[in-house]
Amino acid sequence: MDEIDRRIINTLQDGFPICDTPYRQVAMQLGLTEQELIDRLQAFLDNDTLTRFGPLYHAELMGGALTLAAVKAPPERFAEITGIINAFPEVAHNYARNHALNMWFVIATETPEQIQRTITAIEQQTGLTVYNMPKINEYFVRLKLEA
Amino acid sequence: MLDDRDRQLLEHVQQGLPVCPKPYAEIGAALAMSEAEVIERLTRLKQKGLIKRMGVIVKHQELGYRANAMIVWNVPDNLVKQLGGHISRFAFVTLCYQRPRQAEWPYNLYCMIHGKDRATVLAQLEQLNIACGLTGFDREILFSRRCFKQRGAIYQRESGFSRENRG
Repeated sequence: MDEIDRRIINTLQDGFPICDTPYRQVAMQLGLTEQELIDRLQAFLDNDTLTRFGPLYHAELMGGALTLAAVKAPPERFAEITGIINAFPEVAHNYARNHALNMWFVIATETPEQIQRTITAIEQQTGLTVYNMPKINEYFVRLKLEA
Repeated sequence: MLDDRDRQLLEHVQQGLPVCPKPYAEIGAALAMSEAEVIERLTRLKQKGLIKRMGVIVKHQELGYRANAMIVWNVPDNLVKQLGGHISRFAFVTLCYQRPRQAEWPYNLYCMIHGKDRATVLAQLEQLNIACGLTGFDREILFSRRCFKQRGAIYQRESGFSRENRG
């Protein structure tokens, strides 16, 4: 990744114009040609540098629900518990963390009621207590990682 | 709030924007909408906040962000808003939330810091503690050890908000 790539990623994390020639507009801002920007962006998508290029939706406004949940997986059952939890299509992210609460995951569902149903099902299949920590307030952040 | 054509559009563009000179015209061509209609609808959906952001979503690991810490504090309820507002102004903070306390888990303020390595994250946390006056509160730092699963939440027109397992 060179300096131009880094500038492209940093700029596109701030947003992408909704207008008839958005790539040309961004390219001008970066001092590139439209084709150069398009080629480099396509390369990022081809080599998997980016998760996605497009819109990020507001889950709750879309009618969906999200929560953060955690379990204390006994070390000897860690792989088994990981398998059970990841098999739920409602589980969006799952991270191992260094704490007694050692598995943290995000549950995303179509309706708020399905959050509790998913938690109950995970508790039944794992035999573990699921700690449910839905957000009460979100404080605005810039959501940008400097490349 | 949303009509059928909005839903059709949201479902289509979630897979990603076309990488070509006239991306909104291409989206329109696929949906039998004019380019102007696509631009007008997307602009409105963004203004209403249904589209939080348009742009790139990066893979942390690919950019060298290997240390990911969730820091939780137990702060008095009447200070959460003020402290959350202060914490979220630091550029290295990627998420900041108030969440409910649990039995055996008294923490109510959460933030995430993504950094190149642990030492950097811990130095940033120290900066945050001092600047926001957080040193006196109980806290825990949970570094991630492994990411097992990461996928975007997926929207489907028929059911509203849905999901898809991308592994």
